[in-house]
Amino acid sequence: MASSESQDGGSQATEGGGARPDRVPAMQRLLDNPFLLLFLGVVMPTVFYLIWGIMEIIQIPIAK
Amino acid sequence: MSVGALEGALARPEEKYRICGDTGLRVYAKAETLIKVNAVAAVVFLAVGGLFGLLVALTRWPAVHILPAEWFYTALTAHGAAVLLFWIIFFEMAILYFASAILLNCRLAAPKFAWLGFILMIVGSLMATVAVLQGESSVMFTSYVPMKAAPHFYLGIILFAVGALLGCMVFFGTLVIAKEEKTYEGSVPLVTFGAITAAIIAVFTIASGAIILVPTFLWSIGYISHIDTVMYKLVWWAMGHSSQQINVSAHVAVWYAIAALVLGAKPLSEKVSRTAFLLYILFLQLASAHHLLAEPGISSEWKVFNTSYAIYLAVLGSMIHGMSLPGAIEAAQRRRGFNKGVFGWLRQAPWGNPAFSGMFMSLVMFGFLGGISGVVLGTEQINLLMHNTLYVPGHFHATVVAGTTLAFMAVTYLVVPLIFRRELILPAVARWQPYIFGIGVAGISLFMMGAGTLGVSRRHWDITFSDSVFTFDYPGTAFLMMGLNGISAVLAAVGGLMYVVVVVGSILFGKVRDEAAIKANPIVAPGNAVSTYGGEGTLKLPGTIVLVTVFFLAFVLYYFINWKFLSEVWPLS
Repeated sequence: MASSESQDGGSQATEGGGARPDRVPAMQRLLDNPFLLLFLGVVMPTVFYLIWGIMEIIQIPIAK
Repeated sequence: MSVGALEGALARPEEKYRICGDTGLRVYAKAETLIKVNAVAAVVFLAVGGLFGLLVALTRWPAVHILPAEWFYTALTAHGAAVLLFWIIFFEMAILYFASAILLNCRLAAPKFAWLGFILMIVGSLMATVAVLQGESSVMFTSYVPMKAAPHFYLGIILFAVGALLGCMVFFGTLVIAKEEKTYEGSVPLVTFGAITAAIIAVFTIASGAIILVPTFLWSIGYISHIDTVMYKLVWWAMGHSSQQINVSAHVAVWYAIAALVLGAKPLSEKVSRTAFLLYILFLQLASAHHLLAEPGISSEWKVFNTSYAIYLAVLGSMIHGMSLPGAIEAAQRRRGFNKGVFGWLRQAPWGNPAFSGMFMSLVMFGFLGGISGVVLGTEQINLLMHNTLYVPGHFHATVVAGTTLAFMAVTYLVVPLIFRRELILPAVARWQPYIFGIGVAGISLFMMGAGTLGVSRRHWDITFSDSVFTFDYPGTAFLMMGLNGISAVLAAVGGLMYVVVVVGSILFGKVRDEAAIKANPIVAPGNAVSTYGGEGTLKLPGTIVLVTVFFLAFVLYYFINWKFLSEVWPLS
């Protein structure tokens, strides 16, 4: 396993005997958290596509 | 699910499993059975949907024109539902279970819920198919209101979606179990990360489907008096187009899986490929907006943000995968000693292995045909050249059929020996199948896009408008395009039939793949690249650089040709 690229936090030993860095980069933490990704993946299109789009449509004046 | 049931699901580590003789992975029996049943259901719907697709193409071929109008719209609706929803999502359920339970060496969370999900999907898909075949629900895949289908059409799709959502929940639960039981170290492998991307997009897709299809069902039975047509279109496409983004994520994961299994290829950089998937998670679903680019009531700010600014970030994700995949293959081939010249690695690739050839053709056709045409369709101004013409099905046949279906067909040639543990029958047929199907589908996509560029409408039964009060004469080239599309559809149907015969025949009559067969005919490259984290870590890839340069040139050229074409349609001076 290419442990140099993988990390799950803490300072556990790797297969190569080295110590993992204590501080896991924010991007790595994001990519390792499927539920945070799920939140972002639902919120982004909901806000920018659905809610914004619905606001556009309800502002269309009704024909008289 | 109650807390007690969840705890029960999390605390049963003694489930039955086997060690795969090919990959060395632990394969839990319950996950394996669920993969099998979902894959079989998928192939059945592909066969049914493919048949309807052939009838549609033969009807749109003016010289053949096989179906009367009412049958045509029934066949078109059945084709869309069977292949665009049922075939692909059943197969994606199999992928989710494979990418979680198998690749993470882990038992499946709550398999009873997975079975409940499967049963709901079967009941829903059959209910919707019956509704269509009864002839009262020929509303096509989009089912735009105020066209009204039978209530059981909407109910069937809702049940199918609820079943798929249960499958996604089981997938996420399995990730939790794998982490709790420490069945993998560090980060999940890239194929699993791609499946996570697909599952996330699936959750948004299904939620959007519920928001619009539940009231539409209530409207069909008379509880709601009116559904706003533009509102329906907006929310429906959050489901309709996003469902195709599930496919993109899933088939990119499948590309990585096949490259890893067949060649031992790792991505060029695992981090960069994961970031590309993150771009999908954040931006890919916004592409739904390109279906509303011609709506007069919606502002250009909304249209341009969703289809141009944001979606280009998702396109960037696809281009990263488009370089990472051939780059990974080149790096793996060069590591195996195929170093001659710029393209020696490509010439010496296993083109006789249908898993590899199908994957590589899927990659090329998805990029060149589906990707470039998708960007053109997603640009507000040049979209007007082909909005709602036959160009749109041409584009999505390049993404969903040449891209997704061909990739799923390719991985089936690994699923049959690895999961069903059967040797492939008719190996020569299997070898040719991806080429026949791939060439056919490339023709379908190109000729439909060509006809669409000439203005042929997307869904009309008869481009001669023979029974219409007002006539319209398309140029002769449009008729030629429709004929070539029909011939290509016949070729693709032959390829599809070859796939069904080989897969079903192998499952029913193939020789059992025992230890002796595994030794005599190994199909997985050593190194277990598919279930481990890590990249190739090299950019010495001259062949890939050339391929990517050709892609960019084609992209730029085609994009600007369309602007030139637009300037001729609407002269500004």
